[in-house]
Amino acid sequence: MNGKNISGFGKLSLSLVFSFLYVPILILIAYSFNASKLVTVWGGFSKQWYTVLFNDDAVVSAFGLSLQIALLSSAMSVVLGILAGLVLARFGPFQSKSLFAGMITAPMVMPEVITGLSMLLLFVEMQQWFGFPAERGVLTIWVGHVTLCMAYVTVVIRSRLVEMDRSVEEAAMDLGARPLKIFFQITLPIIAPAIASSLLLAFTLSIDDLVITAFLSGPGSTTLPQLIFSRVRLGLNPEINALATITVLAVTVLVIGANRVMVKAELRRVRLAAAT
Amino acid sequence: MKSFETNLAYSAGAHNAKPYLQIVDVVKKFGDHTAVDHLNLSITKNEIFALLGSSGCGKSTLLRMLAGMETPTSGKIILDGEDITHLAPYERPINMMFQSYALFPHMSVAKNIAFGLKQDGLPRGEIDERVEGMLELVQMKKYAHRKPFQLSGGQQQRVALARSLAKRPKLLLLDEPLGALDKKLRQQTQLELVNLIEQVGVTCIMVTHDQEEAMTMAGRIGIMSEGQLLQVATPGEIYEHPNCRFTAEFIGETNLFGGHVIEDEPDFVRVQSTELPRPVRIGHGITGTLGMPVWLSLRPERVGVTRRQPVSHGNWAAGTVSDIAYLGGFSIFHVRLDTGKVVKASVPATRWREEAAPIWDEPVFVSWADNDAVVLTQ
Repeated sequence: MNGKNISGFGKLSLSLVFSFLYVPILILIAYSFNASKLVTVWGGFSKQWYTVLFNDDAVVSAFGLSLQIALLSSAMSVVLGILAGLVLARFGPFQSKSLFAGMITAPMVMPEVITGLSMLLLFVEMQQWFGFPAERGVLTIWVGHVTLCMAYVTVVIRSRLVEMDRSVEEAAMDLGARPLKIFFQITLPIIAPAIASSLLLAFTLSIDDLVITAFLSGPGSTTLPQLIFSRVRLGLNPEINALATITVLAVTVLVIGANRVMVKAELRRVRLAAAT
Repeated sequence: MKSFETNLAYSAGAHNAKPYLQIVDVVKKFGDHTAVDHLNLSITKNEIFALLGSSGCGKSTLLRMLAGMETPTSGKIILDGEDITHLAPYERPINMMFQSYALFPHMSVAKNIAFGLKQDGLPRGEIDERVEGMLELVQMKKYAHRKPFQLSGGQQQRVALARSLAKRPKLLLLDEPLGALDKKLRQQTQLELVNLIEQVGVTCIMVTHDQEEAMTMAGRIGIMSEGQLLQVATPGEIYEHPNCRFTAEFIGETNLFGGHVIEDEPDFVRVQSTELPRPVRIGHGITGTLGMPVWLSLRPERVGVTRRQPVSHGNWAAGTVSDIAYLGGFSIFHVRLDTGKVVKASVPATRWREEAAPIWDEPVFVSWADNDAVVLTQ
C-alpha cells in the first residue's frame, strides 16, 4: 500500500491504534532510564537500574529457572503434541475419538486457575499416597506447563497433518519404506515448519505463565513472572522497567531476525521458480 | 463358477498369452457400499492396460488394491505366479505414479528417484548409476538438484515416472497419469509416456476417466461401471463394437434408438424403432430372438447428410437441421426427424466441396449403411 493513498481518517485511526498498542511500552522503556526511585516521577536520565538488575541474584536465578522450564516444557509438549496430533489426524475413526480430542484441547479453554488448582490437588494427593513428588518445584511446574502447551501444539500439528497430501506418505510406502521410516524421513521433514512454530508457541506460553506456576511452584522455585508479580505487589520499581525493556528488546530483535530469514527464503524461492 | 472361467479365458484370449497379472473374483466393500464387485481380469506381460470409467466406478479402488493401499474384502490378486493379495505395499514388486505425483517436497529430484532404491539397501554406486540412468531416460539430468516446487507440471510428471520406474517394478500403476497437465501438454505427453513405458518394457495398468488418454495409450481398455468390468477389448473393438449401452454412450458420441427385432435371419436382422420412420436393416445376424427389445447405436461419423432422398430401402430418415456445431475440420449437424428424435451427424468439411453445407431449418435426409448401426442387447 502506498502512504499517499491513506485518507486523513485512515491516518488518524492508524495512529490511534498504534498509540494504544505502543505508547504504554514506550513510557515503560523511558522510565527504565529514570534516575528517581519513584516510578511515576521523572528524576533525570540514569542507567543505574540496569546495573541493579544485573547484580540482582534473585532476578538472574529466576530468569534461569524460567528459561530452563520453558525449554523443557516446550520440548516435551512438542513430542507429546506430535503423537496426539498424529493419532487425531491419521488414525481412522475409533471409539471415543472425539472425547480424546476434547480432553486434549480442554486446557486451552479451561480457566488456568482450575487447571492449576486441580493439578495442585493431584500432586498433594500423590505425595500422600506415594510420597512422590516429594515437594513442589521444577518437576511439578514442568508437568503443569506441558499439559497446557501440549494442547496448543496438538492443534497446530493436527491441522498441518490434516492438510498434508497423504499420497506423499503412500508414495513412500509404495517405494518400499516401512511406516516408522516414513514418519521420520517423510512426514516429520514436511511438517517441520509447523513443529518449529509450535515449539516457539509452547516456549512463549511456558515462559509467560503465572497462574499455573503459582499453584505448582514450591519454596526455592520462583520463576521470573512470579518474581516480577511479587515485586510489583510490594511497590513499583524502575528495576522491573529495566527488565521489561530488555525483554522488549530481545523480542524485537528475534522477530525482526525471523522476519528477515523468512523474507530471504521466500525471495530465493520466487527467484528459483522464475528461473525455471 | 463356469462364468468366471469363461470370463478369464475371454480376457486372456485376446492376446493368446499366459496371464501375468490375475485379478480373481475380487470384491471390495466399504461398509454397505460395494466399490468393486466380483471383478476378474487378466493382464499379459508388457501390456499397457487402461481402466476407464467415470468417477466413483471403483477403478481407483481397484488400483489401490493392486498397490496394496487397500485390502480386498474377498478374492485374490496373483502377480507373476505369486499371490500378493495380502502383501503390504512396501513388500510388493509394484510401483505407482500418483495422480498428484506425490513427490517428496523436501528432497531434490535425484533424491526422490533414489528413495525407493535406498529402501532396497542397494550399494551407493549402483543407486547413483540407476538414478543417472532414470534421469537420462526422462531427460531431467539438468534438473537433478532441483526441488519439486521448482519444476513445471510436465517436469514433475517425468520425475514421478522416473521414481516409479527406478525400482524396475514388475507392474507399473498409473493413476490419472496426465490429469494434472493442461490439454495441449497432455496430448504431447501421452505418446511420450507410451514410448517410455515400451522402452523400459514394463507391464502397466493405468486408471483414467479420459477416454482419449485411454485410447491413445493403452493396448486394451476395460470399461468399468459400478464396480464391474462391462467390456474388455482393444480401443478399436470397444469403439466399433460396444457390447452394451453404457459402453456405447461412454466411449465417444453415439445416437441410440430403442426398438425390437422384427425380422431375424442368419445374415441380417431388421429392427423397428418408434424413433425412426422405417425398420433398420443390419447386415449381420445376432444371437437373439424375434421381438426381443434391443438398442441401436449409430456413431455420428457414420451418418451421412444429403439433400437428395437416399436410394436404400430402409436406412434413412427425413428431417430438418436444428443445430450446427462448426468445429473446423468437421461439423456436427443436429437433424430433427419427423418422429421428434434428434440425430447427430458428424460430417467432414471436405464433404461440402461440390455443394454448400445445409443451413438451419433446411430439410435434409440422414442415411447410413447396413453395417453402420450396432445392435445392443443389454
